[in-house]
Amino acid sequence: MHFIDHTMIEIKDLHKSYQMGSNSLHVLKGINFRAEKGELVAIMGSSGSGKSTLLNILGMLDESDSGEYSLDGVPIKDLNETKAAKYRNKFLGFVFQSFNLINYKTALENVALPLYYQKKKRKERQQQAMEYLEKVGLAEWATHLPSELSGGQNQRVAIARALAAEPKVLLADEPTGALDSTTSFEVMEIIQAINDDGKTILVVTHEEDIAHMCKRIVHLKDGVIVEDEKIEQVRASNYV
Amino acid sequence: MFSKDRWSEIFEAIGKNKLRTVLSGFTVALGILIFTVLLGLGNGLHNSFLESFVDDAQNIIFVRTGNTSKAYKGFQEGRQIRLKNEDMTFLKHNNIGKVEYLTPRVYLGGIARYNKESGNYTIRSVNQDHQYLEKTIMMKGRYLSEKDVNERAKNIVIGRLVEKDLFKKEDALEKYLEIDGIAYKVIGVFQDSGGDNEERYIYLPFTTAQLLFGNNEYLDAINLSYNMAMTTDEAIEFSEKIEKDFKQKFNVAPDDQSAVRVRSFAEDIKETMVILGGINLVIFIVGIGTLISGVIGIGNIMTFTVKERTKELGIRKALGASPKSIISMILQEAMLITVVAGYLGLIIGIFVLKGIGDNLEEFFIVNPYVDTKIIILATMILIFAGLFAGYVPARRAARIKPIVALRDE
Repeated sequence: MHFIDHTMIEIKDLHKSYQMGSNSLHVLKGINFRAEKGELVAIMGSSGSGKSTLLNILGMLDESDSGEYSLDGVPIKDLNETKAAKYRNKFLGFVFQSFNLINYKTALENVALPLYYQKKKRKERQQQAMEYLEKVGLAEWATHLPSELSGGQNQRVAIARALAAEPKVLLADEPTGALDSTTSFEVMEIIQAINDDGKTILVVTHEEDIAHMCKRIVHLKDGVIVEDEKIEQVRASNYV
Repeated sequence: MFSKDRWSEIFEAIGKNKLRTVLSGFTVALGILIFTVLLGLGNGLHNSFLESFVDDAQNIIFVRTGNTSKAYKGFQEGRQIRLKNEDMTFLKHNNIGKVEYLTPRVYLGGIARYNKESGNYTIRSVNQDHQYLEKTIMMKGRYLSEKDVNERAKNIVIGRLVEKDLFKKEDALEKYLEIDGIAYKVIGVFQDSGGDNEERYIYLPFTTAQLLFGNNEYLDAINLSYNMAMTTDEAIEFSEKIEKDFKQKFNVAPDDQSAVRVRSFAEDIKETMVILGGINLVIFIVGIGTLISGVIGIGNIMTFTVKERTKELGIRKALGASPKSIISMILQEAMLITVVAGYLGLIIGIFVLKGIGDNLEEFFIVNPYVDTKIIILATMILIFAGLFAGYVPARRAARIKPIVALRDE
């Protein structure tokens, strides 16, 4: 008999506190969470609830004080900077609220950058980057700088960049936070399309409508998960 | 380090941030430019000092005699002291291994005549070593030989201007020149860097001169050069010894300044070299100081650059750049800017020196230049400067936490 493990992310009893002068701020107070391959999870909570900290730890941009974390069966622990960089490059794609594109690189070059750190050949990088730009519908904007693109277009470039490295998980931190609602829905439409292709995606948001475009909502409050429910997904295409 | 992709990344970063690059390159280029020009001018100064010695061999010692100015050992003052042929042997035998070349000099004057042209010339009667002591360059024919000296040959070597004056456009070689009624065969024509006067001399074997003019063994002077292996101090000591030996031989008071005079360049050279050394040291310190300030300048700008690029570096790290790749990117960028800008400064500096050429001769600066050694040194300094200037900011860049860098303001 075969047992196929579909778990993509598993965290157990995760704790994190920050030292603020003489006080210690306990941000994550024992988080247990599991996401399967192909899930689209919204992480919600007010500011200070620990949702960004959780995403940073999941993204290996920060380390937990205690607890276990495994990604696609690989235990994530004892990370030095070099190892973390390698794992980030191999496993994770990031989408940020403020896009975080490199301003002197064109759309195509931005998308190709993670492939550079995968040590792929230049030609291969260009080709692959172009494919993903096409996927987000920006092929004809390939040679434009971020300053020449609209916010929505920039976020699509950022998504293409996150996807270009073919990560196992896409982590989006308030991906629509800087966008108006129409553009937000356009971006969510792309995220849904990627998820339809089977990519595991975690979206941190505080907007109810965006959260409802995911398939599962996790509510964080004061460093613990207070609610975790599967929902009926609202298709963004209904609004566009 | 030499990956093509890494370099194209760096070129891209540099090319798209031209102002920053130009600013950081400028300080280094200026530093190297000043360094090069200063060192070049120092060399020019050096050249000008050396030039005052180059007419004659630098290791030359002159021995001359005159009348005594003091009574000594029963001899009256005013006695004439004259060198003789045996004094050459005396000098050589007393100083075996120290003498390189040695020639006597007997000065004569005479009217030289060829066909209808004639003129009054100084005749130096010498031996074959004189050529090396005077740095005489033969234009054609040969210099006097040992054989000419031994056989008292009536052969002469004449200066370029003697040939020009007397022979006009004719070739003087193998022709006979009449001096005070005696015919001498011209066996060579020479030139000399010492100026026109030097090229109006006629050289004759001293033995011939002694035979034909008075039949004696007197010499007017002895010139010798000391072994180049000797240090300046040893050379000074050597010339003092020669003076002492001759004073003893001729029964001259040890403090008699006019009877026996021995002069060498050694002391002059020593003094000059000490002064030059001091000047060069000052120039070097100023040059290095300028370079250091250039390096600190680029270090500052790189630090600023890293700060300005915090976000970009954070993004790169989030996308999988290892600390090592960040460090080498910043280092290579700093090095590239330093080396390129430095070379630009170096080349401009060399052109400036070329432009100066001999225009500053009146300030004792002749033919300023920088030699290959200095260029190699400057290159090494540049590479190390680049590494140094880049290291601190690069390490800081590597420590950037992506989570901090990417925090939304």
